Amino acid sequence: MDLNRVDQEKYARLVKLEPDVTCCIGCGSCTASCSAGVFSRTSLRSALLALQNGKEQEALSLLGACMFCGKCLMVCPRGLNTRHMILSIHKIYSET
Amino acid sequence: MKKNILIIGGGPAGLEAAASLKHSGNNIILIEKSHQLGGHLARWDRLFPDGIRAREVLDKMIASLDGVNYFTDTDIAQINILDRSYSVILSNGISVLADAVLMATGFDLFDARKKEEYGYGIYDQVITNADLEDWFRTREDSRIDHPKRIGFVHCVGSRDEKSGCRACSKVCCATAVKQACEIKAEFPDAQVYCFYMDLRMFGKHYEDLYLKAQKEYGIRFIRGRVSEVAEQIDKTLQVKAEDTLSSKPLKVTLDLLVLMSGIRPSQNLEPVRKALQLAKDDDGFINERDAVYELQKTSMPGLFVAGAVTGPKTLPDTLAEARAAALQILSYLADNDKKPAK
Amino acid sequence: MIYEGKKKIWSDYQKEIPDDHYFYVRSCIRQSFFPASEATFLDITRNRLGKDIFETEHHTTCGGIAYHSDTIPQETVMTIVARQFALMKKYGYENYVCSCITSFGLYSEILETWHEFPELQEKIARLLKESCGLEFAKPKYLIHASDLIYKYRNLIAAQAKFKLVNAKTGEPLRVVEHIGCHYSKMFPSKGVGGAEYPYVLTGMIDAWGGEVIDYPERRHCCGFGFRQYFIKGNRSYSLSNTHKKFESMEPYKPDMIITNCPGCPYFLDRWQYVIAESSGKTYGPDGQGIPVFTYEEVAGLVMGYDPWDLGLQTHQVPVEPLLDKLGIPYDPAKKYLGKNGKDLGKPEDTCFCCSGII
Repeated sequence: MDLNRVDQEKYARLVKLEPDVTCCIGCGSCTASCSAGVFSRTSLRSALLALQNGKEQEALSLLGACMFCGKCLMVCPRGLNTRHMILSIHKIYSET
Repeated sequence: MKKNILIIGGGPAGLEAAASLKHSGNNIILIEKSHQLGGHLARWDRLFPDGIRAREVLDKMIASLDGVNYFTDTDIAQINILDRSYSVILSNGISVLADAVLMATGFDLFDARKKEEYGYGIYDQVITNADLEDWFRTREDSRIDHPKRIGFVHCVGSRDEKSGCRACSKVCCATAVKQACEIKAEFPDAQVYCFYMDLRMFGKHYEDLYLKAQKEYGIRFIRGRVSEVAEQIDKTLQVKAEDTLSSKPLKVTLDLLVLMSGIRPSQNLEPVRKALQLAKDDDGFINERDAVYELQKTSMPGLFVAGAVTGPKTLPDTLAEARAAALQILSYLADNDKKPAK
Repeated sequence: MIYEGKKKIWSDYQKEIPDDHYFYVRSCIRQSFFPASEATFLDITRNRLGKDIFETEHHTTCGGIAYHSDTIPQETVMTIVARQFALMKKYGYENYVCSCITSFGLYSEILETWHEFPELQEKIARLLKESCGLEFAKPKYLIHASDLIYKYRNLIAAQAKFKLVNAKTGEPLRVVEHIGCHYSKMFPSKGVGGAEYPYVLTGMIDAWGGEVIDYPERRHCCGFGFRQYFIKGNRSYSLSNTHKKFESMEPYKPDMIITNCPGCPYFLDRWQYVIAESSGKTYGPDGQGIPVFTYEEVAGLVMGYDPWDLGLQTHQVPVEPLLDKLGIPYDPAKKYLGKNGKDLGKPEDTCFCCSGII
């Protein structure tokens, strides 16, 4: 991974919309409790890292199966608005 | 009867112990090997977690010395163990018969040049935590010229058996996060990265500092140790690490890399330690009598320790130990008076 | 770059290199890759500097290639190495100098293993006696041949006919130095200058007038890496490593590369052609490659040997532009003539730079 290649402009837009994205502590609670993750690989923790590392397609694929059930919202120890974050990631990074 | 208490070291531990003992009716002698009081604190700008000015804290400590005898530029020339006392010759020629000795000799910052792969002292844009504090105080360092990409490397010379230290230095995580916020405040356009192995934010308000770093300053925390640094043709740095949370190797170009040099035993102390027959731990720090109940005592009667002489400590821990040591010294001297002379 | 900082590290990693009387062992592959390098080493040390360097036809491979490919039991490779050391003693030497970096690393590793596990050393001594009837011995000093040229670098400079400077401009040549991984990465204290900032080749370049380039991927593997190349399916990794190095050194515009390992000059030289053929990219000026040399070849050039006697016609990247830059005379007509004047046969024109593809 080459951090020089991260799209900082897009990421800044995301942070503006969702300040919580910078606050993940990588505990994995969201991934562990994910209803969709049982059937297909889904992980908000990994998706956030992927975005920070410039792996945008990977991030989208890690969130593609999300059913917006809100379980991750319940378990996040930092109280981050995970559900809304996923929506915004789709919105910003799915643009062509 | 007035007793002589010798305090070795004029850093926070020595200053606080001296201030705690000054009204005890004993004769306090404090010696400091360098030309000024304050130890490493004198070099620091602001303190974690809340950013209190180091100078203000130090000024309070020095003010509360209030009449204690102290000698700067003074070291131990010779020290001998006598029955119930220590005969000490100072490097300024003065002799002291000390009824109790407090070793408040502090620590050395790890010499970052020993981590050769990071290139401190070779690559222009690699500095240490202490260098950055110097810059915060003086604003004089040509290496810090509007950096756009800044990295902090935690655990430099700590948790690293190859560099001679298995232990955590305890203060570097909080220092790195503090400095990351401070430099981001100076250069709001800069991208700031912290490379950590584990974030050990154990103290009061430390976790708040971490959240602030993420939320207010957008510091990017990368869980992985920097493996190698190289200088590029334009003097920027190529830095490699693994993002262990993604299990992928990563590289990034930086304008400034700050190495968090850890806390290592004071080399200056070795002759005194040997003369006093004090055991040291595997990591080189002096052994306290036990690690739970008798933290301020050593294997030698009348010889006490406070602060980083026994291992890495935060400043509040050091000050608490200094006050505890003062009480233990007074209690030791009182008990000694009751015992019949041999 | 702070030169003083490097000097401090160099002073920390000094190794003792005896001045004379060595038992010399060759590399398996260098005589076919760089046919004159070892002969030049012997000629310089024996005939130009008057040193006692002994070699015997009875020595064998060290087993390193098999060892690094996981195809030989440890006891077997140790017994092969013990036999080499025993030959040294048999011929009355105690200083051992080897031509190959892999051998040097293997010897260092085995000596360290014997030191840590004396019972293993006893076993190997017994196996050696049973299999070869030789007495077990260990060298007093284990040295790589580049250590020795480093040691003699000023003696060589004193006899130099050419310097590593541009003959026309007087500017020092910009030289990339590449150290074999097994020279000091395993045991930094056993290499001149340590592992992060090795001095062994830098010292030669300094002494012979060149200017050393320190580029970001300086420490990276040349691309040989045994498994990367020996296993056919992995060869793209080999090429990728070499490519990474050239991309990294490109902005510094190096005039030449000097190496101290059997594999490195070979791969750095040959893969440049593959990169040029497959991607059209060349790293030297005017569509040329960057010539790659062994340290013996560079010592030979500096001392005024005929370039064709140094085997430079076997390189992939043509050396003539560099020879012109150095002001070293050569006869183009003799390039493909053997030592006895016999025609070696001219290779097909595979030189990318002159084939008109660009």
